[in-house]
Amino acid sequence: MRILYFAWLRQKIGVAEEEVTPPAEVLDIAGLRDWLATRSPGHAAAFADAKQIRAAVNQDFATPDHPIVAGDEIAFFPPVTGG
Amino acid sequence: MARILVQEALFDMATESAALTAGRTDIGGVASFLGVCRGDDALAAMVLEHYPGMTERALGRIAAEAEARWPLTGCTVIHRVGRILPGEPIVLVLTASAHRAAALESCAFLIDWLKTKAPFWKREEFADGDARWVAAKNEDDAAAARWSVKNI
Repeated sequence: MRILYFAWLRQKIGVAEEEVTPPAEVLDIAGLRDWLATRSPGHAAAFADAKQIRAAVNQDFATPDHPIVAGDEIAFFPPVTGG
Repeated sequence: MARILVQEALFDMATESAALTAGRTDIGGVASFLGVCRGDDALAAMVLEHYPGMTERALGRIAAEAEARWPLTGCTVIHRVGRILPGEPIVLVLTASAHRAAALESCAFLIDWLKTKAPFWKREEFADGDARWVAAKNEDDAAAARWSVKNI
């Protein structure tokens, strides 16, 4: 599963993307977020405030209860600030 | 079909407007919004990050929504990414229609939705070397929410 990070999440985690294989009990975005947070101090810092995290699954915005499956492209990022 | 561009290069509003109306006799009005980088608080530059692929997809969807809601005869959305200096343009929205209301309303809709539904992130770089990510604004969410279907 390919995970992408943007903006300050990318900076705190230290990489723009990584390939991960979460355990079978990780079924949705919220579960993935909580599991990723355990991978390093940088991940923990990036995911510390769940209210500031948005996600996309296969390039569509996704809510925390959105299911995830192997092969998905998943992105985590702060609320958007374009325009 | 909207013209949608995500690019580092500068764009020219007059050129884009002329291209939108060239050879056409069915356009009664063109509305425009040009977002420009302000130089508040000794800002040296604004750096725009985005999610390549998803950005174009999100902008396409937002433009398709505008075309479904209003009878548009033309639509251009250009959003710059990378390093943008104070005074430079960031984003351009052009909408054309037979009548002014559709052009004006759809233009406002497009920029309001773009601000909350397209994956761009702004980082401000200051003259003293400091840098910070711009936080999302509640009023942007409120501006986008006024276009929710129940308000149409």
